[in-house]
Amino acid sequence: MTFYDQISEVNWTQLGDSIYSKTTADVKGALEKEQCDLEDFKALISPAAEPFLELIAKKSHLKTQKRFGKTIQLYIPLYLSNECQNICTYCGFSMDVKIPRKTLLDHEILAEAKIIKEMGYDHVLLVTGEANKSVGLDYFKNAIRLLKPYFSNIALEVQPMEQRDYEELIAEGLNTVLVYQETYNKTNYKIHHPKGKKSNYKYRVETQDRLGQAKIHKMGLGVLIGLEDWRIDSVCNAMHLQYLEKRYWESKFTVSFPRLRPCAGGVQLKSPISDRQLVQLICAYRLLNEELELSMSTRESALFRDNIIKLGITSISADSKTDPGGYANPKQNLEQFEIDDSRSTEEFIAVIKRKGYDPVFKDWDMSLQ
Amino acid sequence: MRHLRIANVEFSSRLFTGTGKFSANEVMEKALLTSGSELVTVALKRVDLQADSDDILRHLNHAQFNLLPNTSGVRTAKEAIFAAELAREALETNWLKLEIHPDPKYLMPDPIETLKAASELVKKGFVVLPYVHADPVLCKRLEDVGTAAVMPLGSPIGSNKGLRTKDFLEIIIDQSNVPVIVDAGIGAPSHAAMAMEMGADAVLVNTAIAVADDPVNMALAFKMAVDAGRIAFESKLGQTLSEAEASSPLTAFLD
Repeated sequence: MTFYDQISEVNWTQLGDSIYSKTTADVKGALEKEQCDLEDFKALISPAAEPFLELIAKKSHLKTQKRFGKTIQLYIPLYLSNECQNICTYCGFSMDVKIPRKTLLDHEILAEAKIIKEMGYDHVLLVTGEANKSVGLDYFKNAIRLLKPYFSNIALEVQPMEQRDYEELIAEGLNTVLVYQETYNKTNYKIHHPKGKKSNYKYRVETQDRLGQAKIHKMGLGVLIGLEDWRIDSVCNAMHLQYLEKRYWESKFTVSFPRLRPCAGGVQLKSPISDRQLVQLICAYRLLNEELELSMSTRESALFRDNIIKLGITSISADSKTDPGGYANPKQNLEQFEIDDSRSTEEFIAVIKRKGYDPVFKDWDMSLQ
Repeated sequence: MRHLRIANVEFSSRLFTGTGKFSANEVMEKALLTSGSELVTVALKRVDLQADSDDILRHLNHAQFNLLPNTSGVRTAKEAIFAAELAREALETNWLKLEIHPDPKYLMPDPIETLKAASELVKKGFVVLPYVHADPVLCKRLEDVGTAAVMPLGSPIGSNKGLRTKDFLEIIIDQSNVPVIVDAGIGAPSHAAMAMEMGADAVLVNTAIAVADDPVNMALAFKMAVDAGRIAFESKLGQTLSEAEASSPLTAFLD
């Protein structure tokens, strides 16, 4: 049994109805509880909860501080390659997008590492497209070996892999793997991912099961917000999270909130989410799960990021480049998506401190695994 | 107030503290100085062992503080032993708060791996203070393998729920030949005072101080509560048994 069996039983329309039919009474009930369940989560992200946003945010703020303290974890993405054999309708790396392709060589990886290390970062997220021949297991092993002396925590956001591949990478020092389902809507998943290995919904949705079997320290999940109905997708994601937590109790979990942004591919937003609704969603996750890590990238605006620090987010990137080699050679136009908040690390740290939070750069050690 | 002795060190303060979750290292420093704490635990994962002067350690560089490195993050005895040796070398202390929690959600300590690691680490010359569930038998087992103290939890770490394990803590305190430090879950000075009144030798507090609106004053409040609880314990609290009734229907025949 994997999560595929559980998600296959979900009727998308019925699930939607169960969210959109939530009432003010359901929301009030959820807010009175010490521990929310999935039905409460549905109520908290439903339109009925919108008038209660300040109260939801306050609860989220207090719960987050209790567990994570007045701290926020900093990380930075390091794009290793933009080669990709998938066609995804929304992605700037999609195979059919005419951009120059690049995969970093050893000396280029090290050049990037030195720069971001100097910027102060200690937790790094390695990102690629999906090009299994040139950027596969051996490439990642080599990259981790190169980067291990520089960083305390190495995370991967690349194509889904086999359990034994993950086991090998964990042995090399890999701590975290992020794989986003993009959408849990099985029918429309095919439309957004017409070609390439990524078009296999089942293989992707079972990735976290393989990671759990491999005993990964931390795994991340999420949906691409806006691709399909964000409320239904978020409930599916929460179901996935609950399924995983019960089975893989030795792993930690993190959820991210990527919103569709303009990129070289260009896709119409089916279900846009407003800033208010995104806050509602983030805080609802916190009320559902006190221990969950919640992460945010530089896709969001400076104003939004500054204010989300106190509301539930526990991990945040800054000063990021989303093109391979971008730290050493800026302005190559190879990026996956445009970032919004382009402030320097120093500027952003100053904001965090002004908010009364401690920016944490190191919260792991290679010696612990 | 009697001093507390663990291994070869005497403590005049029975309030031990954690260093995580503070809004800034300056705030942590001030709060911990105010708390009077003489033993502060530091997560190995937060310290940059390669840096010449790590910012957390720099703020803990006071004669008042003894460092207690902890192994937070490890999942097995093997990982804990490796981390302990690294901590001993880098932080120049053989004291260790042994915490092994394979469960990253509730951070429940693993009794089997903890006992295994404690036994090994004692042999390697560490002063081991193991973080455990409030399990009286496990605490005796740890004492048997030579730990310098035991650190049973009051309630889940970071939960601020107080002494939910009270009945078991009482048994542990009653049976133990090594100091008992109530760790985790102490959310208010009254919880700390209660643990001390029960006869705990010390308490360890982190979240309740770090997350308070005013961590410095909260540290002071905990210091006062721990002192009050300890003095009450040493002064022998009045018995709570009700007075014997005037007539004794069950034993009157003996008169």
